[in-house]
Amino acid sequence: MKWRRFYAIFRKEGLHITRDWRSLWMALAMPLLLLLLFGYALTLDVDQIPTVVYDQDQTPQSRELIARLSGSRYFQIVERRGDYAGIIRRFDRSTALLGVVIPSEFGRNLAANEDVAVQLLLDGSDSNTASIAAGYAEALIMAYSAELRQEQMMRRGAGKLKQPIDPRVRVLYNNEMKSRNFIIPGLIAVILMIIASMLTSLTVAREWENGTMEQLLSTPVRPTELLMGKLCAYFVLGMTDMAIALVVGVGVFGVPLRGSPLLLIGASALFLFGALCWGIFLSTVMRSQELAYQISLLSSFLPAFLLSGFIFAIENMPLVIQQVTRIVPARYFVSILQGIFMKGVGFTVLWTNFLFLFIYAALIFTLANRKMRQKMA
Amino acid sequence: MWQRVLEIIRKELRQTLREPRMRGLLLGPPIIQMLIFGYAVNLDVEHVKIGWMDMNRGTESREVRKRFSSTRYFTIAAEAGNEREAQDLLDRGTVQAVIRIPAGFEADIKHARQTEMQILLDGSNSNTASIIANYATAIVARRNQELFAEQQKAKLVGRTQNGPVLLRIPGIHTERRVWFNPELLSRNYFVPGVIVNIIMLVTLSLTSMSIVREKEIGTMEQIMVTPITPIELMLGKTIPFAVIGFLDTALVVAIALFVFHVPFRGSFLTLIGASALFLLTTLGAGLFISTISETQQQAMMATFFFFQPAFMLSGFTFPIRNMPEMVQYLTYLNPLRYFMTVVRGVFLKGSGADVLWPQLGLLAVFGVVILLSSAMRFHKRLD
Repeated sequence: MKWRRFYAIFRKEGLHITRDWRSLWMALAMPLLLLLLFGYALTLDVDQIPTVVYDQDQTPQSRELIARLSGSRYFQIVERRGDYAGIIRRFDRSTALLGVVIPSEFGRNLAANEDVAVQLLLDGSDSNTASIAAGYAEALIMAYSAELRQEQMMRRGAGKLKQPIDPRVRVLYNNEMKSRNFIIPGLIAVILMIIASMLTSLTVAREWENGTMEQLLSTPVRPTELLMGKLCAYFVLGMTDMAIALVVGVGVFGVPLRGSPLLLIGASALFLFGALCWGIFLSTVMRSQELAYQISLLSSFLPAFLLSGFIFAIENMPLVIQQVTRIVPARYFVSILQGIFMKGVGFTVLWTNFLFLFIYAALIFTLANRKMRQKMA
Repeated sequence: MWQRVLEIIRKELRQTLREPRMRGLLLGPPIIQMLIFGYAVNLDVEHVKIGWMDMNRGTESREVRKRFSSTRYFTIAAEAGNEREAQDLLDRGTVQAVIRIPAGFEADIKHARQTEMQILLDGSNSNTASIIANYATAIVARRNQELFAEQQKAKLVGRTQNGPVLLRIPGIHTERRVWFNPELLSRNYFVPGVIVNIIMLVTLSLTSMSIVREKEIGTMEQIMVTPITPIELMLGKTIPFAVIGFLDTALVVAIALFVFHVPFRGSFLTLIGASALFLLTTLGAGLFISTISETQQQAMMATFFFFQPAFMLSGFTFPIRNMPEMVQYLTYLNPLRYFMTVVRGVFLKGSGADVLWPQLGLLAVFGVVILLSSAMRFHKRLD
């Protein structure tokens, strides 16, 4: 590999990138757009659940329960005089998720020291929100029930009984339990995948489609030099995007970065290199931009988005899919990102992930290099 | 005119179907996407690996342990002997939570003193973490009620002339009834949403790429010197992809029904009608992208720019209700949002046009406006 020829290709590719200002602009705006979406607009945290109350009882006791519901930030009471038909109508139109039905014997039973059941009706279509909503409602009612018991005990002079086991939940790594804090680190993997695999998947195919490949072939440039030249140009672009994501994520959205930034940059470079090689490999094999684009969408972006643990936890997937995620490089990178950002752990804990990224990059580089040689010969 | 449109359609279909790899591309990606999305997009939390750190090792702590390991939500995957081991298990991600039982656990309960139990939680995935916290505290709460009842029995004894009598004390229970998705499977919610995304992604990218390719390679000039008018060209370029879009819709709906067994409670007619209205939007957007792009790379990036926010702000995984108010208003401009509501309504709730008419109407309005304005822009660009 001659340095001069490599540099020529690098410059040519760099010119392509900077002259096509629309693509460049979009490549730089992409991380900002995604950060804005995930940092500002999107959250999985559930609160303000639209709730309909159907109070068949209308006694001070039932009103006390309703007051507690409306006082909690988890519930937003959209209707206080509901009935069964009204609840179902709202479920159909998705204007309510939870219906709380207080039976007519509620106040009477409580006054007579009898047990009573409150019915929770749930629109289960969004199962995640529904089960969280049910959990909150049950916890609230259980607390109210415990208080009533306590009151009765006091009244009868039995003294105060504390709940026997006090469960203390201590949250590590993400004390505020904000979904943003785990999504934004993982987003770096998605951004790098978009820039690396998707953009580069077009670079070689474009030369074939436009017929400029023949011109390149007639120059003394070698396959490895062509590969490295193209790769490095996009490497610079990818690392710029990574820097943007890092600065905006930490600076604007206040995502905690507890580990070493140097290790983070190292991991990103390793991952980016492998992803770029994959894009160029696809481009060399496919020769058509449309094909290369579709295949890279399927093989790089979607796995990075869905199978990496970026939003959807790998532990929750079916076993077969969990095995499939083992060959997705983004999975290892997302582990590294979340480890460095949130847990502040270092190389000693994460080295297996690094090892895999290294093996992947080396393997794909060899593959891309060999294909390039075959196609250019 | 129709003859020339037909000619373009034939050319387009031949071009797309000529290459075997391209033919595979029309069927392969929707199927693969459907399978990956359907299996991976899942927010159900089950079989969470937890670590157990028991400093007491008495009968009561064993009882609590049994409660945890007998539900399908938890699997006790590791034992921690001390704080450092517990921390290490969490750092490495071997477990997602560690339950720590203090040394005085049993004695405290015996003497009706309050005792503490710590749940150390890996909060990195806040969604999973809060569900785990809910499950764990619910298990403890149930055990608490039993212990509570025992302790009360000992204390609450009414004295009457006939000797001691147990007194009753009030309690409120809850009963759950879940509509539409009784097993609370998140797959039933997500798979219909995936259909929306696939239709969008396939038609949007195929349309925009096919027009821009002609521009980039230079064959657009050749087409322009033929007597074909811009409208005919446009029709010829969009109709094949509308057909492909419909076929792909049928394909992914079949997968949803027969592979994922998502309940289908509505009418196919509503679904087909809504898909047709939605295709107006995606084809229009595809045309629009082709007018602002010179190269396929630009078209690809522009597709992404259009697709990503539309996808994320459609309520697919992230409920619109939780978004900041301003963004919620913004989502009213997103046709994907309406189609998402329609598809989910038809699948899960069995809703028909009587309930979904606002969404269907807006889909029609957006579709016509987007398609017409893109067509006009396309027309001007070619002249």
